[in-house]
Amino acid sequence: MNQPLDPLSLAGAKPKGKRPFFLKDPDVERVMAITMAVAQELAVMRERLDTVERLLETKGISREEIEAFQPTPEQADDRGRWMQEYLARIMRIYQQDIEALSRPDEPSSEDVGNELARG
Amino acid sequence: MTHTAYDGPPDYRLVGEHGMFPQTSHDEKARFNFLAHLNRHLASRVLPGVKQAYDARVAPKITPRTRHDVRKALLEDPLFQHWSAQRRNTMELRQQAGRWVTIRQGEALNAKAKVLTDGDPRLSLDPDLVIPNYLAKIDHHCMPGSYHDELVPGDVTGAANYDCGIFVTTGGGLGRFNDGGGHAVVRWMKMNRPDFAPKRILDIGGGLGQNVIPIAQAYPDAEVVCVDTGAPVLRYGLARAKEMGVDNVRFVQANAENLSMFPDGHFDWVQSTMFLHETSVKAMPRIMAESHRLLAPGGIVIHVEQPQYADDMPLFDQAMRDWDAFYNNEPFWTKMHELDLDHWMMEAGFAKDELLHGGVAAVVDAELFPEHANDDVEDFGRKAAWHIVGGEKRAA
Repeated sequence: MNQPLDPLSLAGAKPKGKRPFFLKDPDVERVMAITMAVAQELAVMRERLDTVERLLETKGISREEIEAFQPTPEQADDRGRWMQEYLARIMRIYQQDIEALSRPDEPSSEDVGNELARG
Repeated sequence: MTHTAYDGPPDYRLVGEHGMFPQTSHDEKARFNFLAHLNRHLASRVLPGVKQAYDARVAPKITPRTRHDVRKALLEDPLFQHWSAQRRNTMELRQQAGRWVTIRQGEALNAKAKVLTDGDPRLSLDPDLVIPNYLAKIDHHCMPGSYHDELVPGDVTGAANYDCGIFVTTGGGLGRFNDGGGHAVVRWMKMNRPDFAPKRILDIGGGLGQNVIPIAQAYPDAEVVCVDTGAPVLRYGLARAKEMGVDNVRFVQANAENLSMFPDGHFDWVQSTMFLHETSVKAMPRIMAESHRLLAPGGIVIHVEQPQYADDMPLFDQAMRDWDAFYNNEPFWTKMHELDLDHWMMEAGFAKDELLHGGVAAVVDAELFPEHANDDVEDFGRKAAWHIVGGEKRAA
């Protein structure tokens, strides 16, 4: 069914009027726009966490306890694994750039496709 | 950790929530907080650097004759580019954040407005009204749908977006109910015309009535009319006024260039607040002529705007004030601010000695919200401090 008031498609609608770009490369400005949206969502998360910590304080868990929290060795390992996975996701492009260094003569899919198309 | 006195935007949770105000989740409030801070950061921490960059590496290379020369030179400077890209992007984030809030609950908001306004004679809509070109051609301040588009029949989501998100642009500088401009005008009037007892008050381009509500509250015996071209803002405006317990405002859909439904001399006070810059060179004389015609002898017209580009205003300041004109969809802003408004008021029928001038700053609940009168952060064109250009029609 057609949803007339769908925020997913409507909230980010473009206003009438051509958009100005300011940076020398508009693609850099696009990346900046995405980065600032992510920064916004991090701030949203931080405010929520602050609320959680302050509520916990009223339930008897102080911020000092949170600050002084020592994970058990197993908990620390879990966290370490999470952090490694997180960084591997974020830094994927460098990993692939580095792997490419050792395979300098790789054909592109287009190259391969052209080769495969030849009779 | 050291604690200095906090100097920054208030928490969004202090915003006044009248009965028509959209509900916001924890994350939605936090998003508005972030965006208010981001605007404040850009104004207080980055913008001074733009001035430094201009002085150090732009100005020495140019001999500008106009503000446009300055702006075009600034467009080549990396810091101005980044500040501009951030300022534009922040406005887009703000619109998206507000639209998410109101569209996700659009059906409930529209139903509530319908219950509050259906059959109420204080709402007069004109489905045949032609939206004037200065509003139809571009969405002002990057607000998709402007004041007039409807996503569905009976829509108020755009108006609710304006209401719940404008906090972001001034960091709360317009007050808890975005009505600091209206309160400022009331304070000016009570101070300068303490005996003025208007029977009828007209607010032109009044939007959702955010600035006329304080006027209606200050003059409860007056009949107040809020005119705008947008049905959604008027619909929302009446619902909002009723929820705020204000009963003496009518909301009329009309073009301020032609208010022939009202007879000559019908109003004792004609008000516009941050409206003229959203019109055009063709429309302004008609609006001013209508305002003069509608004014009763002894009555007063007040237009509130950002200051004009006087000769003694540095070209850099003028260029920065023009930013919203070129990059935030306020196309008439630049021309309007160079016009001789006194001349236009006299063309409309006022004698030179009937003209009024003054300055006002947003009047807010200073316990909770920042007072821009005492604020040294200059966010060119957006600071909640304005000039008054007005006229008084001599008593017959």
